Formats: sequence, C-alpha cells, structure tokens
Amino acid sequence: MMARSVCSLSGTLKLALSNQLTRVYGAAPQRYKSTYITIPPPARYGGRHTVTLIPGDGIGPELANHVCELFRFCCVPVDFEVVNVDSSMASEDDIDNAIMAIRRNGVALKGNIETNHNLPPSYKSRNNLLRTTLDLYANVMHCQSLPGVRTRHRNVDIVIIRENTEGEYSSLEHENVTGVVECLKIITKAKSLRIADYAFRTARAKGRRLVTAVHKANIMKLGDGLFLECCKEVASGYPEITFDSMIVDNTTMQLVCRPEQFDVMVMPNLYGNVVSNVCAGLVGGPGLVPGANYGEDYAVFETGTRNTGKSIANSNTANPTAMLLASCLLLDHLKLHAYASMIRRAVLSILTETQLHTADLGGKGSTSEVVQSVMNAVQSTGPQTLSI
Amino acid sequence: AHLCDLIPSLQMQTVTLIPGDGIGPEISSAVVKIFEAAKAPVCWEERNVTAIKGPGGRWMIPPDAKESMDRSKIGLKGPLKTPIAAGHPSMNLLLRKTFDLYANVRPCISIEGYKTPYTDVNLVTIRENTEGEYSGIEHVIVEGVVQSIKLITEDASRRIAEYAFEYARNNQRSSVTAVHKANIMRMSDGLFLRKCREVAETYKDIKFTEMYLDTVCLNMVQDPTQFDVLVMPNLYGDILSDLCAGLIGGLGVTPSGNIGANGVAIFESVHGTAPDIAGLDLANPTALLLSAVMMLRHMGHHEHATRIQTACFDTIRDKKVLTGDLGGSSKCSEFTADICHRIQDLD
Repeated sequence: MMARSVCSLSGTLKLALSNQLTRVYGAAPQRYKSTYITIPPPARYGGRHTVTLIPGDGIGPELANHVCELFRFCCVPVDFEVVNVDSSMASEDDIDNAIMAIRRNGVALKGNIETNHNLPPSYKSRNNLLRTTLDLYANVMHCQSLPGVRTRHRNVDIVIIRENTEGEYSSLEHENVTGVVECLKIITKAKSLRIADYAFRTARAKGRRLVTAVHKANIMKLGDGLFLECCKEVASGYPEITFDSMIVDNTTMQLVCRPEQFDVMVMPNLYGNVVSNVCAGLVGGPGLVPGANYGEDYAVFETGTRNTGKSIANSNTANPTAMLLASCLLLDHLKLHAYASMIRRAVLSILTETQLHTADLGGKGSTSEVVQSVMNAVQSTGPQTLSI
Repeated sequence: AHLCDLIPSLQMQTVTLIPGDGIGPEISSAVVKIFEAAKAPVCWEERNVTAIKGPGGRWMIPPDAKESMDRSKIGLKGPLKTPIAAGHPSMNLLLRKTFDLYANVRPCISIEGYKTPYTDVNLVTIRENTEGEYSGIEHVIVEGVVQSIKLITEDASRRIAEYAFEYARNNQRSSVTAVHKANIMRMSDGLFLRKCREVAETYKDIKFTEMYLDTVCLNMVQDPTQFDVLVMPNLYGDILSDLCAGLIGGLGVTPSGNIGANGVAIFESVHGTAPDIAGLDLANPTALLLSAVMMLRHMGHHEHATRIQTACFDTIRDKKVLTGDLGGSSKCSEFTADICHRIQDLD
C-alpha cells in the first residue's frame, strides 16, 4: 500500500515537472508546446469529438460526403461541423467563419478551395489565409510506394516536412514602377528554427536516420542561407540523426533517378510545393497521398497535393484514397487509433489486394464503388457497424 | 584574316569555341573531330574565358573572347569552374551578363540507347534567365528576418514569351505551356502570364495553355509525354529543367542553349568540370555534342545536325563503346571514333 502510493506520488511529481520544462533550441529560449505529443481537443457530449469539415470546391464536396458516410458506417465518435466556403465571393466572411470554427474545434478536415488567379491581388488565396491565420506551420506528407500500385520507382518512403506559412507565400507584392513587379520572399530565423525542430523531432519519433534540407543557398545566400544555418543549428542537438543538404534543382533530378536515397526532407514553402508534388507523382499520383498541416494549437487534414480536381468533379471518378487516409490521420490525431487503423487497413486492402482502382490509377472503378468496398472490408473485419 | 573569310566559297560559319576547364578540352576536341567527319560548315575559333578585372574595377571576360563572340554570334562552351572565394562571380553569370543571355533552352528527348524509367520524353524547357528569383537582391530587415526580392518585369516576360513561341514555330512544336504560380504570387506571376497570353494572340498557330507549377511537377513524373514546350520564369525553370534532365538520364546527356540579345547564342554542356577524370580520356562528350547539334539547328544546318545526332544515338544504342557514366568501359576517343565512322558510313 505504501509502495504503491509512493510510486504514484513520484509519477505525479514527474508529470508536474515535465509540464514546466521549457523547450530550448536555437539561441532564444521560448515556451513551446510540443506539437506531436499534443493533448487532443476535449471530447464533448458523451465522448464524441466535433471536427470542422470544409468541403471546398471541385471533388471536395463528394469526397467529404464519402468520409461522413464512412464514419457514420463505422460508428466513429466524430461529429462534423460543416462550414462551406464560397470561393466566388469577394468578401472574406466565409473563410473567417471557417477559421473561427477551426479555432473552436481545434481540428479540421478540408478540401481545396479554388483560387481564381485572374482576380486582382486583393483576393487572396483562401487556403493560404487559413494556413497563415491559424499558424499551421508544418505541412507533413508521407509518400510511400504502395504494393498494389504500379509505378516506375519502388521503395519510395519519404516524409516531406514543408514550412507552411512564410517564404514565397508571404503574398507581399508591389509594383513601384509600371511594368516592374517585386515579390518578397521572407525567411525568418524563428520560423526556420521551428520547422527544423519539428522535422528533427518527427524524425526521432519515427526512428528515421536522415534529414535532408532542400535549399538554393548558392543563389539566395541570405534567405536560404539563413534557413540552412537554422537547420544545422537544430541538427547539432540530434546527434543520432544524419543531417544533409541538397540544392533544389539537384534534388528534383535525384528524385526522378534515385528516390530511395531520401528519408526525411525539410524545406521552405515553395520548394516544399515542388518536392511534395514530385514525390506524390512518384508513388502514384494525387489521389493516393494524404497531407497534414500542424500548428501549435490546431491541425488541419487534407489531400497531400491540394488539388480541386475541377475537371473530374461530380463524375464519380475521383480517387477517394487520399481523403480517406487523411481522415485516418485525423483520427490518429484525436487519439482514436483503433478506428484509424481499421479504416486505413480497409482502404489499403482495397487498393492492394482487390485491385479496385479508379481511373487515375488506370482502373475502371468509380468513387462510390471504392467507398462501398471499403465499407464491406470494414464490416468483414468484425467490429460493430451500421447495417449496410 | 580568318580562314572562313579567306575562302568564301566554303560557306563556313565561324563559331567561338570555349573549351572550358577539367574535361572541357577533351570533350571539345571530340566535338571538333566529329564535326570534321561530318563535314559540317563550321570554322572554330578557340577562346579562353577567365574573369579579369577591367577598368573601373568591374569583373569582365577577356576582350578577345568578347570580340570573337560579338563577331561570330554563335558560341559553344564546355564546363567552366567557379573557384570558391575567388572574389569574382561565377563565369556563367559573367557570360550571361555580358551577352544578355535571356533564354535558356533545354530540349529533353529520351535517348533510345540509354534506358531510364521514362521513355518517349520529348519536351523543351525555356527558362527566363535574367531576372525572377535570381535577381540577387536580398536584405536583412532586422536580425533574423531576411527578404529576397523576386523581380518580374514586363519587358523580360514579353521577350521570353516571344522567344518561346518563335522557337515553337521554327521547330514544328504544337503547343506552349506557361508554368506559373499566380494563385499565390498574383502580381508577379500574373504579369508573366498576361505577357504570355498577349504574345499567344499573335501566334494563333501554336496552342497556348497555362498550368500551375505543382501540377506540372505532379504530371511530369507520371506522364511526361503530355508536355511540349514549357516557358517559365527563372526559379521554376531551374527546377523544371533539371527535373526533365533527370528524366532522360542526367546532365551528362542533356544539351542546353542560351539565347542572348543581338542574335548571340551560346550552346553549352551543363554538367560539371569533373576534375577527377580530367585528362584521362574517360569523359562522355554526349552533352556537349548534343548542344553542338542544337547549335547546328539554330544555324539552319538541319541535315548535318540530324546526321550527327543519328550517329551519336546509334552508337549509344549499340552499347559497344560506351563511356563509364553510360555504363560501359570505353575511352572517350573510342566513343568519338565510333561516331565518326558512323557518320562517314551514313554519307
């Protein structure tokens, strides 16, 4: 009895002390909550989570419906608060509402909101607004070769960690002289340290051995030079992980020749865009890879390559895999691991074993057929589901 | 007086040859030999390019090299080394500034004998080479905050767009795709896009499309056959041209041409100087040779160009005398001799 209470006391003390540990990295000690050991948002109303759902444009709404259907079928304790964002409206009320809903719920699943690039610069990209306002600083995409999908390269297993809020996406442009436009790319020490630290922590948590920083510091000596310096600084605190750097044009060349050489990659915003799309293409296309955006306090899940899929909207031909796997990432974030594994296993089994592929993978299956098969697969593994 | 001027009936055109450093001299002599065997109407004028400090303290290339290039208007360049901490900017940058080389053209065509996971690649990347993200304008705003300025101007965008459409027309290409990120960089890439659209109006015979950079990357690694001519600003061009070079086998087999104002054009190999194999007769001259073929096409000598290219591809396809980087163990001279024999047989 005495021994047990002493154990529990030391346990409580340990917990109390660890909460006061400040994370110190780089030059300036700051208080940061560790993001991947996040405390999930509080469950409400009898153990059910509320998650913001932003359908978006193009194939977004139909895929969002499929996710809702699947969750309802599997009795997942998640309620979706749907917030529609009309991309054709000039006012930013819709996206502000969405942001407020995400602040309220702490987590969201979203489709891509279209940006008409012929509109004047006052109309900002809604997706970018969401990311920067909520400070979702890390975009994480895990590209791995799947057994049932035929691609030119095998053994691809790359985790791409992309800085999500600054860099070339700062939307700061001006035309001082007619016909001469300047666009500012901002790199800050604080955000570079933050994303580098996120990358190394993630690498350590997943047992990865190599982190490669992608940059163009031979040309942008100050900007990317600062990014590279920050990565090196953070790397010194993780001696078990090898740190390497590579120039972005060489990186894309290496990716199409020998993608197996890469493990974890960390990079500023624009190079992240290029590299993540190249890697998604290497493993089978935009329909397969989910993406996650993590901030200090919020997490938003979406498809990895952020396409609206306008040309295939409402034709029941879109590949739901990316969105379904993104919803599994969401469930993992909410600590509903059992549901996440169940759905993930079902989705991957449909992809690899039954070979029911949608058009983007060269097959003839429709979206609804794939989702139906996933539901069948889930039912056959035994847990309680609604009747089909 | 130059050989080419002395015997005008030969109709030879002068080309400034810059052998370069490292493996540069040996691959340049390989190309000269092959051109001789093909009886190409080219008269070589060899010049060296090093950085020298001119009056006023500005770095420049040697005046005889500049004079030769201004006269001949066509140049073929091997790899140049940029020593670290030499105090002067890279040689490539100096050449670019001296001759206002605004367009970098890289045709990426799958080489039949050199297998890569990608077959049937046949596209051309045209990259704006003077401004964009590589303007070199950077400032430290406050400690820990750096801004890099990406400059897009109307003139440069119009010039590159015009060149792209002109190239497409002259080389029987059916479509030009502008690559951009105007959803995020609305004003800058928007300006670039507007200029491309304007120029497209005057080239109604060429199909014009626009595509986001990320979509291009995504589709390029899945199905590169859907692309034809791509035109884009500096950074995207840098990334995409190297991506496409990777598709066909790397920098050792990729040709490249730089087009400048006043009709100057310098064709080059884009690989490095490979100091570890310099002087050992192990180098692969394919990249420089294909760039020279590109040069011949630019000059209008299409039959010679086709003959040399066919001979080169046949040699690679045969796999009997491949250099080390192509998977064989032959010497550069053997590779060159094989191509020369084939050209003579083709006659």
